[in-house]
Amino acid sequence: MSAAARDAARGAEQAVLRIDNVVKSFSETEVLRGISLNVKHHEVVALIGGSGSGKSTLLRCINLLEQVDDGQIFLDNRELTDPRVKQDEVRTHIGIVFQQFNLFPHMTVLNNVALANRQVFKKSKHEARAEAQVLLDRIGLGDKANEFPDRLSGGQQQRAAMVRAIATNPRVLLLDEVTSALDPELVGEVLDLIRELKQTGVTIVMATHEMDFAKDVADRVAFLDNGVILEEGTAKQVLTKPREPRTREYLKRFHASR
Amino acid sequence: MSIDLEARRPSAIELERRAFRRHQSTRSVIISLVSTVLFAAVIWFAVVNSPGWQQVQNSFFNWDTIVQAFPRVGEGLWLNIRVLFYATIGVAVVSLLIATVRTLRSPVFFPLRALAAGYTDLFRGMPLIIVLYLVGFGIPGLNLFARMPLEFWGTIALITTYSAYVSEVFRAGIESVHPSQRLAARSLGLSYGKTLRLIVMPQAVRKVTPALMNDFIAMQKDVGLISVLGAVDAVRAAQIETAAAFNFSPYVLAGLLFVLLSLPMIRLSDWYTARLRKREQMGALV
Repeated sequence: MSAAARDAARGAEQAVLRIDNVVKSFSETEVLRGISLNVKHHEVVALIGGSGSGKSTLLRCINLLEQVDDGQIFLDNRELTDPRVKQDEVRTHIGIVFQQFNLFPHMTVLNNVALANRQVFKKSKHEARAEAQVLLDRIGLGDKANEFPDRLSGGQQQRAAMVRAIATNPRVLLLDEVTSALDPELVGEVLDLIRELKQTGVTIVMATHEMDFAKDVADRVAFLDNGVILEEGTAKQVLTKPREPRTREYLKRFHASR
Repeated sequence: MSIDLEARRPSAIELERRAFRRHQSTRSVIISLVSTVLFAAVIWFAVVNSPGWQQVQNSFFNWDTIVQAFPRVGEGLWLNIRVLFYATIGVAVVSLLIATVRTLRSPVFFPLRALAAGYTDLFRGMPLIIVLYLVGFGIPGLNLFARMPLEFWGTIALITTYSAYVSEVFRAGIESVHPSQRLAARSLGLSYGKTLRLIVMPQAVRKVTPALMNDFIAMQKDVGLISVLGAVDAVRAAQIETAAAFNFSPYVLAGLLFVLLSLPMIRLSDWYTARLRKREQMGALV
């Protein structure tokens, strides 16, 4: 084994999440056409790209909500795409937050957050709820714990959805355009929470349209275009000095539309 | 909020509007009251002055016969209530099972799914009275089971027919829950079964509660049909009393008792529907 190959192997070993040449189609449309990406521990990676570029599909594939057509995904060197792995067990190590919050409307905010710990990790009702309360207190929603989700503002719902996703201490947190459905005035509080999660060391992969935020918070940015990663690098490099003409064009169009 | 509602005085325009609305609603109440009384009076006079009223009154509304029939018909009604109790439990269990099977997506479950679909097709189409005959006289005829009372088979027939209807109501409820709810639950690591039980079902049942209550009320009166098997329920008891007294009043009594039985549920159902409407329309007027 050459020195370079050994270094590459070591780099891959450090990665919490390793995505290797993933392909996914929906009927005739190839949405992901060979995506490879490594995400290290404590790293925040932002996926940018136009709608239909495959960002959301990639996140869903990582969480096994979609089945890949080819390629492999590894979490801590365990292959998730192996049909023999227990999908429910895998999903407990990967949190995901959706654009539309998807809180459970028939449960209080507290029970939303406590659900996975109670039902999947078999913690006692008391313990799970106490932990959920601590999380909600930390993000300033402690007094909303016993409200139903539809009583909360969009920003509050999305923040509750985020602590629901991290309540089980997942290895990776996936954020799928979590601010896209929010009123502009509510975006800030959600972004602040993401910043806070980064500081506590949560590994995050997020699909986003918030370029300024990505520049500020993401360690690396990957630009997806038409199902492939066209450009990948530090947030500053990709967002301020993009190498690829397509990236430049996308960013220009994006800034022009604002 | 620091606005003191007590201190706020309505303007002259608002006071005039309120006076007008009060006047309008008083007028509406008076009109509806008068028209109702008038209508009832017309019907009453038409019936009472019809040529056959004397005979009809005597053979359907004979107070003495009703009083005489009451103990037996009441005892029969108690059987109806018991049958209703067990049938409700049975229908809840069987219909939930069928609804769940019908919503399974995996191709592995095709035979089960087809079976469940066939079941609902068959028993929603077949008249209850025929199911009662088939189950009540057919199954005991196989001599497979110990001799069971007639009302037992009547209950089974009711469960068989009503489960077919109610399972479709449940299925509609399950499918009305947005797929993103399942996605969110599975993403937390919940299994298929737990997702169904803890996330989908509670939301589904809430959505179809008015329809379920309606089916329950329908079943409440259809328990009277077990009389065709010979079980001595309220209807059968009324039939016996009618034959003994040569007077139809016991039937009227049984009918009224069934109405009384269903009233609490009807009111509860109305109340619940109104509450749902209020919550969903957020206080809008139209």
